[in-house]
Amino acid sequence: MGHRILALIIKEFLALFRDKKSRMAVIVPPIFQLLVFGYAATFDLEHAALAILNEDTGGFSRDLAGRFERSSGFEVVGYLRSEAEIAPLIDRGGALLALHIGPQCSSDAARGESCNIQVLIDGRNSNTAMLALNYVRSIVSDFNEERAELNGVKLPARLNMRAWFNPNLESRWFIVPGIIALLAMIVTLVVTALSVAREREAGTFDQLLVTPLRPWEILIGKAMPGLLVGVGEASLIIAVAVFWFKIPLVGQLSVLYPALIIYVLSIIGVGLMISSFSATLQQALLGAFLFIVPAVILSGFSTPIANMPAFMQALTYLDPMRYFLTIVRRVFLEGAGIEYFWHDLWPMSIIAAVTLAMATWLFRHRMY
Amino acid sequence: MARPAVSPLHSSPHAAFAPTAPSAAPTGAAPDSAAALVLDQVRKTFTIEKKQITALDGVSCAIRPGMVTGLIGPDGAGKTTLMRLCAGLLTPDQGSLRALNIDVVREPLKVQASIGYMPQRFGLYEDLTVLENLDLYADLQGVEAEARAERYAQLLAMAGLEGFRGRLAGRLSGGMKQKLGLVCTLVRPPRLLLLDEPTVGVDPVSRRELWQIVYHLVEAEGMSVLLSTAYLDEAERCAEVVLIHQGKILGHDHPRAFSQQVEGRTWQVRAPDMPKRALQRALSHNPAVLDALILGKAIRVVSRDRTPLQPIGLPSEIAVEVAPVAPRFEDYFVATLKDDHAAANGDNHITLRQTSDRLAGQDVITVDNLVRRFGDFYAVDHVGFRVRHGEIFGLLGANGAGKTTTFRMLCGLLPISSGACTVAGMNLRTAAAAARAKIGYMAQKFSLYGNLSVMQNLKFFSSAYGLRGARRSGQIDWALSTFNLEPFAATESQSLPLGFKQRLALAVALMHEPEVLFLDEPTSGVDPLARREFWVQINSLADQGVTVLVTTHFMEEAEYCDRLVIMADGRVLAEGTPEAMKEGFSGGVGREATMEDAFIGLLEANRNEANLKSAPQAAKASA
Amino acid sequence: MKPGRLLRVKGMIRKEWLQVIRDPSSIAIAFFLPMLLLLIFGYGVSLDAKNVRIALVVEQADSQSLSFAGGFYQTSYFAPLALNSIQEAETALRQSKVDGIVWLRHNFGRDYLRKDSPPIGVIVNGVDANTARLIEGYVQGIWFGWLEQQAERAGKKLQSPVQLEQRIWYNPEVRSTDFLVPGVLAVIMTLIGALLTALVIAREWERGTMEALLVTRISVVEILLGKLIPYFILGMGGLALSLAMAHSLFHVPLRGSLWLLLATSALFLWVALGMGFFISTIFKSQFVAALVAMVSTFLPAFILSGFIFDIQSMPPIIQGLTHLIAARYYVSILQTLFLVGDVWSVVLPNAAALVGMGLFFHGMVYRKTRKNLE
Repeated sequence: MGHRILALIIKEFLALFRDKKSRMAVIVPPIFQLLVFGYAATFDLEHAALAILNEDTGGFSRDLAGRFERSSGFEVVGYLRSEAEIAPLIDRGGALLALHIGPQCSSDAARGESCNIQVLIDGRNSNTAMLALNYVRSIVSDFNEERAELNGVKLPARLNMRAWFNPNLESRWFIVPGIIALLAMIVTLVVTALSVAREREAGTFDQLLVTPLRPWEILIGKAMPGLLVGVGEASLIIAVAVFWFKIPLVGQLSVLYPALIIYVLSIIGVGLMISSFSATLQQALLGAFLFIVPAVILSGFSTPIANMPAFMQALTYLDPMRYFLTIVRRVFLEGAGIEYFWHDLWPMSIIAAVTLAMATWLFRHRMY
Repeated sequence: MARPAVSPLHSSPHAAFAPTAPSAAPTGAAPDSAAALVLDQVRKTFTIEKKQITALDGVSCAIRPGMVTGLIGPDGAGKTTLMRLCAGLLTPDQGSLRALNIDVVREPLKVQASIGYMPQRFGLYEDLTVLENLDLYADLQGVEAEARAERYAQLLAMAGLEGFRGRLAGRLSGGMKQKLGLVCTLVRPPRLLLLDEPTVGVDPVSRRELWQIVYHLVEAEGMSVLLSTAYLDEAERCAEVVLIHQGKILGHDHPRAFSQQVEGRTWQVRAPDMPKRALQRALSHNPAVLDALILGKAIRVVSRDRTPLQPIGLPSEIAVEVAPVAPRFEDYFVATLKDDHAAANGDNHITLRQTSDRLAGQDVITVDNLVRRFGDFYAVDHVGFRVRHGEIFGLLGANGAGKTTTFRMLCGLLPISSGACTVAGMNLRTAAAAARAKIGYMAQKFSLYGNLSVMQNLKFFSSAYGLRGARRSGQIDWALSTFNLEPFAATESQSLPLGFKQRLALAVALMHEPEVLFLDEPTSGVDPLARREFWVQINSLADQGVTVLVTTHFMEEAEYCDRLVIMADGRVLAEGTPEAMKEGFSGGVGREATMEDAFIGLLEANRNEANLKSAPQAAKASA
Repeated sequence: MKPGRLLRVKGMIRKEWLQVIRDPSSIAIAFFLPMLLLLIFGYGVSLDAKNVRIALVVEQADSQSLSFAGGFYQTSYFAPLALNSIQEAETALRQSKVDGIVWLRHNFGRDYLRKDSPPIGVIVNGVDANTARLIEGYVQGIWFGWLEQQAERAGKKLQSPVQLEQRIWYNPEVRSTDFLVPGVLAVIMTLIGALLTALVIAREWERGTMEALLVTRISVVEILLGKLIPYFILGMGGLALSLAMAHSLFHVPLRGSLWLLLATSALFLWVALGMGFFISTIFKSQFVAALVAMVSTFLPAFILSGFIFDIQSMPPIIQGLTHLIAARYYVSILQTLFLVGDVWSVVLPNAAALVGMGLFFHGMVYRKTRKNLE
């Protein structure tokens, strides 16, 4: 029995890795995607194009403008001479935001009154707009505090803000561990979703079913390559995340791996289910696609689950990626131990058990 | 007739015979301007995975207008390449081609505008209806709107498709699809028609109808037709035949001229008291015999020379009747090409290491009132039959008759809607997995792992069947040597030649020494010589007590079965021995009825009854 | 156009169209998938944090502390959870029960009255950096509001040296739907264009229908036209459906002109179809073509087009890479047309880039499709 399964596993690996093309297809694109997406997928604002219209000539406004010029978040793309220049510039995307300092600014400040400045932000990408606004606000409030202190005035209370786990709030620390979950899912799903469908199309699945192999033996044989490829690929990405992107790995790998294995098993279950359901490769591919898109969006990979409406939040509980995504981020950045994500682990295990059992049943009972 | 010694391989038949009509000689003579198609020293090579393969090697011939010319040769002879070259879809490496006096290489578009070409797998759009397919090709060929109604009516009537104008092409039977494909090529009548294996996988009734269409076109419209085929009996329906082998033309003549060459070497041997398989085996061991083929109760023999055949090697107490018979094209084909298959002349008998008589004398396969529904469509409609131990049992029928569905239910691959079937006393769908170790299965198309080597396939399947240790390695060695697979052990199985793929599939099905062997159209697409070899192997298995269930649409293969059923529309039309089946049907003038005649007769009777809306069960004939 | 040619193209179009409407999977890709994506993105995806769970630790319930804390109850941004000690709050943060902590120490009220400028402790969970920043911004807003309120109560005006007046143009309420939905349109059009057509030429090769087509009088241009037009119509249908949904369900404003939107969309669709045909022509197997289409068109359209992630913030190499993605130009045009108006200085350069890419793909397809089997 063990002997039969071993033969099946060897065969599955040979089928997957014997030819160079399919070896490359499994290994190369994920690495490439990791590098591109790791750099591309960022919510940090860097070198946002800023235009400055300073109608004032005093030192006060020069000091203020200097704060913006020196900030790493902004890059000054131009100094304007009149208000009429602002709108066309922003309209054509020449600048993300414009800072307008009125002619009376320095004299107002000298009189002890507030100097009113205006910031105009391109809201086409509302997220970028909000980020830019927050940057502007923090520059202005730092400036205010310093000026107030210079004048011997103190604010009645001050904010003392800290961020745990990611003190500089780098969004790459958030995205890159997410890519581990994302790519592990895509690779595992592609490997498994195509495995049964490909055999059905080639007729080899019938040949397999008339041997004395039992369905659960076939399941193990089919699951092993997915497990190895999924876990292997994830390990590679973890290494790149730690050594290339320098994402801090605070937690223990010994905590992460059991979760990773359960996650990959649940994806294998889904993949084999899709695969046993489809009669052709095309159907399997479409099925995998129809699973991946909502699974990624509902997992909280790019946007937080908490922001979704209630019915969609309910749907996310069916998504294995949701659980693993939380775990991998928390293990990486918070160093969370298993006691902190136990409630993420057991639903994922149930999904794995159910999908694997369904897939096994479908091997023989698909109606066609 | 006194004849010179038989011309050896590769010599032109013209060397020995003067054809009755002036032949378009396949020599490098000046192209005959009257010819419909002229090929001159055409050479074509392909590069597949860095290996250069010569598909056509200096081919010259002229196809005469106003008649059907058959292009005949085994698989891989270069038939399809030749057709594609003529249609301007490929460019030759060397040589020239002229179709209807137009240079194909220089003006492919002009040629394509005036010829009709039907590829092997004609591209019908299966999700379009019959009429929509016709409309598409009428548009593409620029048929005027006014002329269409009349042309459609004429073509559809000819093909017997009038009643199916609105049906999706995908829902037509295999034969109807081929006829529709032909009709689509004919929407605008071409002067030259190229048909690439139009009758492959088509049941005998549709085949007969396809030929009628072709004859009609030649007679009524004066069309020139070049038709390639792997069915040797079709050679005799052509006015001229071009025999092609390994990219070279072996001969170009009237079909009769070919068969005449083996005149005096063909015999029919009968021994009523001897089982036909034993008789065949005895005869094939006779050194004077080149080929021995079961045909009904008799054995058809091609001898190595014209000396009268002596029934040596047979038990003396048995009455043996040897009679000369008229030669067929197939005899010439075998006589010419079998020498090439040196290995095929050796002993093809398979000897299993262990055989079991556990089931001797029992019904090994039982099928009772078996039904399989898909929605409200009955793919298998109350089918019943019994297969006895050590029997070769055939399941015959056209495409879509329900053969494969029955087969899959027996193997436990498809759930049963109602009824019952057992194999070796068990239902394979519900029995324990170990029960499946008793059966061997060979699927319709090659279905082993293509990207694994021969050795890896053998290793995997032997383990999957639970063989291990010394027995496993012993059986792998046995498989490699019995099926001559040693030289290919490390070859990727998908790049094996077709005949070897089929051997590998049989080896996999036999390694665990099954009691029952299921073969689903095992020989489709395999050339006639490899088919013969295969059947010798199957016969030897049956002699050792293996029960064999086989489906086929080659009617002559039905002759090899001990008993068979003929199926149509999911029902059994007839059951019995091949001889009993043929009784009551007459052949053509002056010849014995063949299996094909019986099949067509049964099917036509069934169709008539269906038309009369008689009770569905009434068509059940029994032998 | 010669009459024969017109007839042949018409025949191809009719055939292709019949195949589309009879194949459930094309309908699924053209209509079901866009609806699913729009619904998920329109309803499900939002970068605007609301009801953020935040722990409020007020150690001394004096009037200053309470009035500050009160601000958190009056906004929909926060769903505060009152806790008694900072230890409790930190545990809650570690367990992911809250995303941030606001901590008023017991001496807050006293120090405030002494004008000692007492600190307000704010801790956010930085794992989700983007949300963390938004939370910080919200907290700052509340804090500032509270300062103003306190000043007013004391009969003074809050005097800070610089008063910031902010205006967010085109999307003053900063609704992320308004920028995500136009972006989804680009993804959908890529999907219809590339994924659907990546299969169609490969399918003809695989089913053997190409061989039968090639021997008729039809020319390469005619085959390509016959395939382009039906899928173009289908794509425009998908676009119309998506536009209707964007307008009626998600109330995304359209400030530019509809005709320009349709014209540029048609242009992009033409490019996407070209990409699909290109993939299809090079990879003659449906399976490989579909995989390549997914990896090379759909995923980049998602991540590298500027649809979610801002291109300006990417490293220069990656920014350079985005110029190879057609969806990038279309996303730019769409966001401008929807939220700004007909800004020719945005539309024209992007449209020119699209024309260039389209010519490249269609030119390559024309060159690679031959009327023979070599």
